[in-house]
Amino acid sequence: MEIIHSIRPLLAILVSLAAAILILFFGKHRNIREFWTLAAGVVKFGLVLSLLPMVLDGKAPVTEILTLADGVSLKLRVDPLGLFFALIASSLWIITSIYSIGYMRGLNEHAQTRYYFSFALCLSATIGVALSANILTFFIFYEMLTLATYPLVIHKETPEALRAGRKYLAYTLTAGVFLLAALVATYSFAGTLEFTPGGILAGTADKPTLRLLFVVFMIGIGVKAGIMPLHSWLPTAMIAPTPVSALLHAVAVVKSGVFGCLRMLWFVFGTGLLSDLGVWIWLAGFAAFTIIVGSMVALTQDNLKKRLAFSTISQLSYIVLGGALLSESAMIGSTMHLVNHAFMKITLFFCAGAIYVNAHKTKISELNGIGRRMPYTMAAFTVGAMGMAGLPPVAGFISKWYLCIGALQAEEMLFLVVLLASSVLNAAYFFPIVFRAFFRKPEPGAGEDGLPSGEASLFMVVPLCISAVVSIALFFAPNVPLHFLELAKTVVQQVLQGGQV
Amino acid sequence: MDHSQLPILVVLIPMLVSFVIPLVGIWNKKLPFYMATAAMAASLLAALGIMNQVLQQGPISYRLGGWAPPWGIEYYIDHLNAFIMTLVCFISVFICIYSRKSITQERPGKEVHFYCVLLLLFTGLIGMLVTGDMFNIYVFLEISSLSAYALIAIGDEKAHFATFKYIIIGTIGACFYLLGVGYLYMATGSLNIHDLSTLLQPLYGSKVIVVSAIFFIIGLGIKMGLFPLHTWLPGAYTHAPSAVSAYIAPLMSKVAAYVFIRVMFTVFDVSFSFENLPIMEILSWIAAVAIIFGSIVAISQSDIKMMLAYSSISQIGYIVLGVTMGNREGFIGSVLHILNHAFMKGCLFAIVGAIIYRHGTRAIERFGNLHRTMPLTSAAFAVAALSMIGLPPTAGFFSKWYLVLGAISAGKWVFVVVIMISSLLNAVYFFRVVEHVFWKPKSGGTDLPIERNEAPNSMLIPILVLAAGILALGFASHWIIEMVIGQTVPAGIL
Amino acid sequence: MEFLSGHANYFVYIMLMMIGLYGMMAKKNLVKKLVGMNIFQWSLILFFVSIGAKEGGTIPIVEGAHGHGAEIVIQASHYVNPLPHVLMLTAIVVGVGTTGVALAVLLNLYKKYKTLDEDEIIGKL
Repeated sequence: MEIIHSIRPLLAILVSLAAAILILFFGKHRNIREFWTLAAGVVKFGLVLSLLPMVLDGKAPVTEILTLADGVSLKLRVDPLGLFFALIASSLWIITSIYSIGYMRGLNEHAQTRYYFSFALCLSATIGVALSANILTFFIFYEMLTLATYPLVIHKETPEALRAGRKYLAYTLTAGVFLLAALVATYSFAGTLEFTPGGILAGTADKPTLRLLFVVFMIGIGVKAGIMPLHSWLPTAMIAPTPVSALLHAVAVVKSGVFGCLRMLWFVFGTGLLSDLGVWIWLAGFAAFTIIVGSMVALTQDNLKKRLAFSTISQLSYIVLGGALLSESAMIGSTMHLVNHAFMKITLFFCAGAIYVNAHKTKISELNGIGRRMPYTMAAFTVGAMGMAGLPPVAGFISKWYLCIGALQAEEMLFLVVLLASSVLNAAYFFPIVFRAFFRKPEPGAGEDGLPSGEASLFMVVPLCISAVVSIALFFAPNVPLHFLELAKTVVQQVLQGGQV
Repeated sequence: MDHSQLPILVVLIPMLVSFVIPLVGIWNKKLPFYMATAAMAASLLAALGIMNQVLQQGPISYRLGGWAPPWGIEYYIDHLNAFIMTLVCFISVFICIYSRKSITQERPGKEVHFYCVLLLLFTGLIGMLVTGDMFNIYVFLEISSLSAYALIAIGDEKAHFATFKYIIIGTIGACFYLLGVGYLYMATGSLNIHDLSTLLQPLYGSKVIVVSAIFFIIGLGIKMGLFPLHTWLPGAYTHAPSAVSAYIAPLMSKVAAYVFIRVMFTVFDVSFSFENLPIMEILSWIAAVAIIFGSIVAISQSDIKMMLAYSSISQIGYIVLGVTMGNREGFIGSVLHILNHAFMKGCLFAIVGAIIYRHGTRAIERFGNLHRTMPLTSAAFAVAALSMIGLPPTAGFFSKWYLVLGAISAGKWVFVVVIMISSLLNAVYFFRVVEHVFWKPKSGGTDLPIERNEAPNSMLIPILVLAAGILALGFASHWIIEMVIGQTVPAGIL
Repeated sequence: MEFLSGHANYFVYIMLMMIGLYGMMAKKNLVKKLVGMNIFQWSLILFFVSIGAKEGGTIPIVEGAHGHGAEIVIQASHYVNPLPHVLMLTAIVVGVGTTGVALAVLLNLYKKYKTLDEDEIIGKL
């Protein structure tokens, strides 16, 4: 890959950092404050988008900021996988910002300045995670993300929210410590921390040590990726406002986790080393377990957001599983699921938020007939639900297709069964909601509770419709909007070629 | 300008000014503050000059009164002490500026004597750093300790008892140090550090040398507050006036740690410290216990100064742990941590002082609403707390990085685990405070008022400078290591 | 026996030191603790003074050395070593300073608590 120096990656990170400061500065004027949020979102997306042609040309824009230790610097490099994730995060930030405005105003939430401030910080950190060139830079942004999310999780400042915040920190900071230990060990063994397709660790230490290192890495990264048994912060953190849950717990935070997982698997260990050590099967096993158990727990949840949370846990493990299976199709499927799941899950969360703002309902059992009141919202919800179950014509089908083929290629029938079973389970916990919403009669007395009857405000309905439409568009033309499929294939080619060498 | 006299000026200026202050104080109560600040600033300039000289020409040797070593007293400044001296001067200037309002409120009428003794303390610390003579170190050690006793004694109602405890234990420490010096003198007939290091080479088998090394470790361990010799430390840090806590907490134990490094790696050499005896092995375990012990006890404190004091005990453990790893990374981690921890603890104690100044409380559960009434101070607290936990990109992360790297390079995985656990424990007690400061407005009645009531500028600015320093040091850490700290690694440590 | 007499100075200083340590640790009265501390310090001073001393040595003043000292052969073994003694002058000053500060602190403690008994003070803290 041809390396070109460019400050655009750095700018893409700094733009929301600058916006965060401006937001703090203009905290008293909500229109200006939200203007900055949106402006930063658009500029950031533009910057990330401007990197796309270069990467498609096979160039790698690099920004080296300063040296942190011998041979390791604070360095950004845009490779296909990083750009892939950055595109998802930055495009969804715009949609979420619009949605946030509707949600926060609709509920008259307190401390909105802090909310937008932390949100902008989170996005800086997420793009930083995406574009990091080495593990240390990755780690710095990863920890920044943890901290920036904390104020969002405890946004309500109730004792319950504080407890959730404590749990969130306990999990993520512990993970951070593990990750630190793992990365220092990597540095000590390999002498470099650069993400390299095919890995840097091969042959640097004996096998048991590397296996231990792998476990430490996975504990460090697995918390954010929600791999069971490290997942339990995620449902608890659902106490946050819905846009936060949507962007952070379906996109930024958890996706940073799985993205990091793919980074570590493919760019630190490398496919060759992983199959050499035989550790991929451990990870695949945990992921399969999470897929099934996560779906089963989701079945039992009556709180809509909690059900979505467990669905997220289960879906994230698709990505981890695909990453661990090490066959070409599985890896493509895994990468594609990053984007597909992001759009589908954010649609679902947006719907949950719209229902909450408009009808103050959080429980599934209260949703009877809601589809008649909010047809667009529930239509979008249906699209998301179909995608989760892997039904065409929604994007979820594509990634699941690749994953299944990948499981076949890897000759691991068990995982194929897991994937199929999970689709059934997904359908089992999502379709009853759709059924209730459209075909059950509303409870007597509902609709006379003084709440506005129709849809939520346009600020909320438009974003959720956009994301639903994109979810469908990604099925018909996974390559058209932002060349996602092409990027995913390039990533996998790079990794596999690197792994062979 | 002639730079050759800088090594003596850096000590002499504050000493002379401190003698003049009581006289000036007779007719003007305000002037001593300005004199003290000016003296420290002058020392800072001199220290920077020395630093510059050392960086360009290598170590400086200054003969006091023109007498050649080893007969005369030699001031010997290499990268290590030039670096720590600059640090001490820098922190001193800012804490001195900070102290004026605080001490005027807490101990009205005592300003004159306060600044006299504070300068004397400063003189003692700087003296320990510049001198290349073992006995001279003892003298300056006692100068700084005596002034510290006096400064701590003017604290709150429990301060006298804490001071007495400190006097007794501190004197034992100093005596052990002196005993170590005596044994070395008996064996070699020299007191000059560099003379000693060559004279001691053939004598490493001797029991006298071993005993003296043990005396040094115990004596300096007491002065540093190394577990289990730390018992004086929490009381002294907690009950001293806030300005004094903010001054001694970041600096005194660090200078003692410097002397420890000097003795273990320059007077004795690496082969003695690591190979003749399992001293370093034992010390690293002690340090590990200190790290865990300090953090655990800190969690259970409800008084924030007490909490910070115990956290200091654990941080001293980090410094000792790094040097005892016996490799380059660990050593760099220790020296970097001396720097970072001085900034962090100075900042934290200064913040506590500012809270006491405005709201008169140091009970953690009374900190609700602090982020509304003192937003900038709260932000500085958050930065310092993150650094103490060791989260990037603050300075604390980088010292932790090198310490972990040192432990891994030494193949001592246990200590990696210790550092990991300790960061988590740090997170527990710092986030407890952060929670109270930022989001506990609903605890009913005991909260601070909501009106904005930020600390006065003369206190706020030093706090913010230190907080900004924590961030800047994080980004500059590699540069600092390349410029200075890398050169401090003693020969024989790979 | 020869070992004992040959090292008498060390035994004396170690004994004094232990007495001092005992005083500091075991005594409940703070003044007694201070006395213990003093004994501890003085034991060190004795130790230093004794290592400078030599059997048959005289005070280290070389007569007539000024100006034409080069012609006189000086036997170091004829003189006691002055350096440890000089060092101890400083150490004595330090010791006096410490005692002074400690006494001032004790005075304040007594004013506040009307007692110097450690347990009683801790009880009243």
